[in-house]
Amino acid sequence: MPIHEKSLIRPENLQTHDELILDGVDVSGHWSTFIETRVVKDYNESLEEEIAALPGGEQIHRCWQCGSCTNSCTVNALNPDFNPRYWIYLIRMGMESELLRDKDIIWQCVSCNKCTYACPRDVFPEGVMKATSHWLELKGHTPKSPSMHFDEVFTEQIVKTGKIEESRTIRRFFARTGQGLMQPWMIEMVKRMLRGLPVGLLARMGLATFVAPKTNDWSKASAAIQEYIDEQHEKQAQALTLAELVETAKQDVAA
Amino acid sequence: MTTKDKYKKVAYYPGCALEGTGHSYNRSTKAVGKKLGLDLVEVKNWNCCGAMEVKNIDPKIQTYLSSRVMSTAANEMDMDVVMAPCNGCYHNLKKAEYDLKNDEESAEVVDRLSKKAGHKTYEAGQVETIHALDWIKDSIGEEGLAARVKNSLSGIKVANYYGCMYTRPRHIFPEKDQGPGSESTSKPHFMDDLLAAAGAENVDFPLKTACCGGAHTLSDSDTSTKLVLNILKAAKLSGADVIATECPTCHSGLEMHQIRAEKTLGEKVDIKILYFTQLLGMALGLSPRKVGVHENINDSIAFLKEKGLG
Repeated sequence: MPIHEKSLIRPENLQTHDELILDGVDVSGHWSTFIETRVVKDYNESLEEEIAALPGGEQIHRCWQCGSCTNSCTVNALNPDFNPRYWIYLIRMGMESELLRDKDIIWQCVSCNKCTYACPRDVFPEGVMKATSHWLELKGHTPKSPSMHFDEVFTEQIVKTGKIEESRTIRRFFARTGQGLMQPWMIEMVKRMLRGLPVGLLARMGLATFVAPKTNDWSKASAAIQEYIDEQHEKQAQALTLAELVETAKQDVAA
Repeated sequence: MTTKDKYKKVAYYPGCALEGTGHSYNRSTKAVGKKLGLDLVEVKNWNCCGAMEVKNIDPKIQTYLSSRVMSTAANEMDMDVVMAPCNGCYHNLKKAEYDLKNDEESAEVVDRLSKKAGHKTYEAGQVETIHALDWIKDSIGEEGLAARVKNSLSGIKVANYYGCMYTRPRHIFPEKDQGPGSESTSKPHFMDDLLAAAGAENVDFPLKTACCGGAHTLSDSDTSTKLVLNILKAAKLSGADVIATECPTCHSGLEMHQIRAEKTLGEKVDIKILYFTQLLGMALGLSPRKVGVHENINDSIAFLKEKGLG
């Protein structure tokens, strides 16, 4: 398997000229490819710490840049720009603006754990991807991804009732993300589902949309879980805001 | 007590999916258990394990949710084995077991939440979590299964599809990759072994542990459709008639995106999708209806009749 190399030269910074004479020397043809100089000045020195403060990102410092994660990645096979090794590199280097260029695809990690399986350093790249997409949302760089909406709808239902009733979760997810439920493939699927289903099961499924299945005596567990989630979110927000404060202070000192 | 006896009576954790889209997996698992004389005692008043979503809100909540299921089995039902047919449930219980054993902070959070919720805290090691594949493989075995086959699956070519959560990440499955007789995380074979014992012809299928995009099946449907299409096409090219599944998320993902690929990309792959428990149940003499074949979205009734199972 090849190592998926990622060039730091941006395609738009490559300049070619069909005819070019510099200082009297003809440099037309393949000699005329130039790379426009680019200086990275906006390092975020606390980027790695911020990612590490979010669940899943804790082990990012262990990375050796071997590239096993990108090599094994399910999503990379569909989209070469999806490159966990590169993003881990950027985060550890503090190259925030470079990372932001890929902000709209990082959430697409499907959690297949092939990277975590392949990683020789126990970085848990799958967790780092989740922490990074979470960070992008918390910092306001991206809106909440459809995946985060789904995770929230799902978790809210469990916290409330202890169990998941799928059709309810699906309806709420579609409503929250503003999608129509009546997509052609969805209708076709339901048609095919109805074909063989016994009346009894249909009635039970229909009933389940009104009376959600639930775990009995769940209220105390529900309260404890909600309390913990709130506490953790508070901590994470603090970790990110504190880092921002340090940054501002540093800039003040420098100025 | 040998493994065989230990698995004859287990706590059964069906999980949320098996009460919804995976209903036919629930039905066929129970029917196969009954036919084989294995006793399933459902975990009392169980809750969701957290699936693939809660960990993205907070991983320790997922650990707590899974630990509560194991705590009920151990402390309220006095059981020492929990069997989960769903890859997601199985994976999460295994992950919780690993974290509670190796991470003090997880153990502290679980203890705190369990006390507040008013039940005994689950201690690592109280139960052993197994998959439906382990359950049949270790309690009945290939020979025992072959001896009970009434309608051989001979002539049915099967691609065995295990998905992600059954083998990855490997550190949460310490019993796997332990040499002969144990399951392999890179080339799992328990489902192949069982279906071969029932007469099926397993094809050489390279995407056994490929991802179906189940976690994003609705939130990034285009990606999931592409991933499922890879799996369906590879199975078809391997010569399979049927993809055997052992996870309700994979199974409904394959069924859903088989239709979506047809409707949105115009790519139709004609391959049947059945739970391995449905195939085993029919081999043991149960009718397709008894193992819920009519509850699947993909229609395999005519195919099964043609193969002498209908």
